[in-house]
Amino acid sequence: MDTYYHPKDLAHFADLGKGNPALWEKFQAYYGAVFAPGALTEREKSLIALAVAHAVQCPYCIDAYTQASLEKGSNIEEMTEAVHVACAIRGGASLVHGVQMRNAATKISM
Amino acid sequence: MPVQTRSLKARGEALSSAAEQVRLLQSGGGFPRFEETLARASLDPLGATGIAVFQINVGKLCNQTCRHCHVDAGPDRTESMSRETAEMCMAALARSDIPTVDITGGAPELNPSFRYLVVESRRLGRHVMDRCNLSVLLLPAQADLAAFLAGHAVEIVASLPSVAPSQTDAQRGAGVFGKSIAALRVLNDLGYGREGSGLVLNLVTNPVGAFLPPSQESQEEHFRSRLARDHGVVFNRLYTITNMPISRFLEFLLESGNYEGYMRRLVDAFNPAAARSVMCRSMLSVGWDGRLYDCDFNQMLELALGPGVPAHVRDFDPASLGARRIVTGNHCYGCTAGAGSSCGGTTT
Repeated sequence: MDTYYHPKDLAHFADLGKGNPALWEKFQAYYGAVFAPGALTEREKSLIALAVAHAVQCPYCIDAYTQASLEKGSNIEEMTEAVHVACAIRGGASLVHGVQMRNAATKISM
Repeated sequence: MPVQTRSLKARGEALSSAAEQVRLLQSGGGFPRFEETLARASLDPLGATGIAVFQINVGKLCNQTCRHCHVDAGPDRTESMSRETAEMCMAALARSDIPTVDITGGAPELNPSFRYLVVESRRLGRHVMDRCNLSVLLLPAQADLAAFLAGHAVEIVASLPSVAPSQTDAQRGAGVFGKSIAALRVLNDLGYGREGSGLVLNLVTNPVGAFLPPSQESQEEHFRSRLARDHGVVFNRLYTITNMPISRFLEFLLESGNYEGYMRRLVDAFNPAAARSVMCRSMLSVGWDGRLYDCDFNQMLELALGPGVPAHVRDFDPASLGARRIVTGNHCYGCTAGAGSSCGGTTT
């Protein structure tokens, strides 16, 4: 069955560099620096990445950062909580726009 | 996938045969042979640099049936070192100046000669390590075991894969996390893991699945804070160890469809610096029947020592054995991936 997403495509991510090596290298350098230990640990950064992967719904990122989170020492409970954080922010973001809806409704209502 | 509570051998599985495991591991699958990879890193042939650790595997009897066990140990296994072989081990040790004796199994404490090995090794002035599964300390028949270990200043190297009860139980059996914490408290009460006591308590974590271990340093910090906060437990060091693709972990890899992906992960993560420091270069492994091996993994795969050196502990010769050529295979990718893996944690 043909699908838009193929798990094996993740291994070909670097092929994007073929179109513009200079930009790819800049991205790689930036990406590497972002995930290096800093004020946050690599484990914490992987959990954030896992949560963001769910927020942006990137299946490649979910695969990659599920493995990365486990390999950085996180466990399923922690990873599930990270996904709930993404869920809460996504849901909350929709809900908070309800204020806009209420404002708009108030404006045009008697 | 159901959690098995019996060994591969008791279930009559083909993988209980060492030859079958070796056949599978060496049958290609598109992976370069380990020896080719070593050669590309200018490390073939791999030679011993001496013997710093005399590791004695006293047998396969264990009170647990962990899913990743490379020994295929369990309550149904009967292989056990005899007193005669234990005495041969101590005679061999006395003929050498090897500083450390590392006793493993199975649950080594269940062997009738375990305490003899500890007492005699200490009498010879050697440092002794006990590879302890923790729950064994709670068995009624072993009520005095923790005090015995403390009394002989035995270093305890204890398995605890995760600070999450669900993950520990998934790998080591239902209820093992709770028992492990109870046993750690017993050890802490004796002074183990506490500063100034001289009683060393090190923990070992293996990944609970088909992935590589985390950074040892960061994981140690994580374990230290979580075990202290949640359970009031302290320890000295944490070792991260990579799961070897043999025995029951190999069974898990095959049944879960992770074999190729895991092997690819190990091969891609080959680290020449880790390979230069693999534990087999500085240790010798003695089997329950006295046969000698380069490491516990080669022992389980029944990969005998190379030619020209004694094959049995009765013929122990530290000079030739300390300069032997190491026997390798594709399972060795497990010790050379990433930061490296040994019985003492990372190798880089």
